[in-house]
Amino acid sequence: MNGLFAEMTAKALKMNIPLSVQLDLTYRCNERCVHCYLDHHDHGEMTTAEIKNLLDQMADAGVFYLTISGGEILMRRDFFEILEYARLRTFCIKLKTNGILIRKQEADRIKALGVESVQISIYSHVPEVHDAITKLPGSLEQSIEAIRRLRAHGIQVTLANVLMVQNANDYVGVRALAAELDAQFIMDPMITPMMDGDRSILNLNIDETALREVLRNESLTGASIEQSCAPPQGPDADALDMLPCSAGHTACYVSPYGDVYPCVQFPLPSGNVRNTRFVDIWRDSPQLKEVRSITLRDMPSCSKCTHGGTCTRCPGLAYLEGNMRGPSSQDCEKSYARTGIPSENLKARKASSQPRHSLQLVQIQGLQPAARSLASSFAESSAVSA
Amino acid sequence: MNSKRYVARSTAIAARVLGDETMVMSAVNSTLFTLDEVATVIWESADGATPLEEIVANKICTQYDIPQEVALKDAEGLVEELAGHGLLLLSDKPIAQSTTAPGESQ
Repeated sequence: MNGLFAEMTAKALKMNIPLSVQLDLTYRCNERCVHCYLDHHDHGEMTTAEIKNLLDQMADAGVFYLTISGGEILMRRDFFEILEYARLRTFCIKLKTNGILIRKQEADRIKALGVESVQISIYSHVPEVHDAITKLPGSLEQSIEAIRRLRAHGIQVTLANVLMVQNANDYVGVRALAAELDAQFIMDPMITPMMDGDRSILNLNIDETALREVLRNESLTGASIEQSCAPPQGPDADALDMLPCSAGHTACYVSPYGDVYPCVQFPLPSGNVRNTRFVDIWRDSPQLKEVRSITLRDMPSCSKCTHGGTCTRCPGLAYLEGNMRGPSSQDCEKSYARTGIPSENLKARKASSQPRHSLQLVQIQGLQPAARSLASSFAESSAVSA
Repeated sequence: MNSKRYVARSTAIAARVLGDETMVMSAVNSTLFTLDEVATVIWESADGATPLEEIVANKICTQYDIPQEVALKDAEGLVEELAGHGLLLLSDKPIAQSTTAPGESQ
């Protein structure tokens, strides 16, 4: 994080301003990726007018970074009308897309509308591997063509490479492809549960050996191995008061149906913009207030764990395991892969012989009264058992 | 010094007021800038129709204890710097450009 960005983030945190929002326009998609965490059926997406109204509300609330994502964003016929409106409200706009529907005309408009960057998922440099993951023949070729068109306009493009068993070793090829296309490269070695809590897709995760290899590759992580893989020293007093991440603090997520969550990976229903103003949800939602109240000190297991001060624990993944104050086992596995030292959670799981990915299934729904009480009861009951 | 200069916010920027400061990012090279309280007043008044001299006289000198000549010189320096980064447009004539956001009054 550069100095000025860190300074503005700290100011936004102090002023309780939602500096960054990811807005998913649709969950519909022209690909059917094997690891996708979304339900692709349209259950009543916000209309163009509703989205424009939301953009007005978000601008007034202080949102600066707007990530427009999906599903596939260009599946919405009003995509450019929405993008044009977002430009008028002077957001810093990032797009996440598979690029398949970006032809010359679309690339021209994206350039004209001053989009800051475009992220495109590329799973492999090998067409057969990529297309088998997206289940769309020819998709790699079409995505690469889109990247070339965007780069020809000088638009910053990032290739996002999610690793799973099917493409575990292809990050080398995708990184080379990114260099050839003069694009950025990011890699994510973890598949996350579906938004409804279904954990079956976690079976696609790369194995421990492959994860260790990735996390110990300096050229991939950009971090010194000596530092990132050093034995952890346990959290100090400062670390115990640290906030877990920006979710709910300076960032949140809005679904195509108007549901507000702390993060796309943290499906705790916190309000719906169809019946409550965005800024009122941000300021007054009991769920977001609860998320904001949690520091490492409040996490029974993690505060006592030797990895507590250095772990990349995702509170959303912890929530999907049943307790937003509990550990995120996937991040425990990352810490173990980095350092070879098991977390308190992994030790406890080993003692109880709980197999990998066999944790409690949490069903998350839209913001219905029943879902709200369901989420609350999980948080309370899990806090006791953790 | 040309006192009849008109300034307008570029359309190729991202911007948001954060307390008494403004975050501005150039869409050309993604460079992030912050404007302090006084610069924010000039930024928000840069509608392409109001001369810089008038902005300084009506929005700066009435709120801050700065002599008009000094304030105008500082403002000239600021707008030239911002224009150099592509964040503002400068002209000797009013700038006929829609930089007003929906719902925002001129």
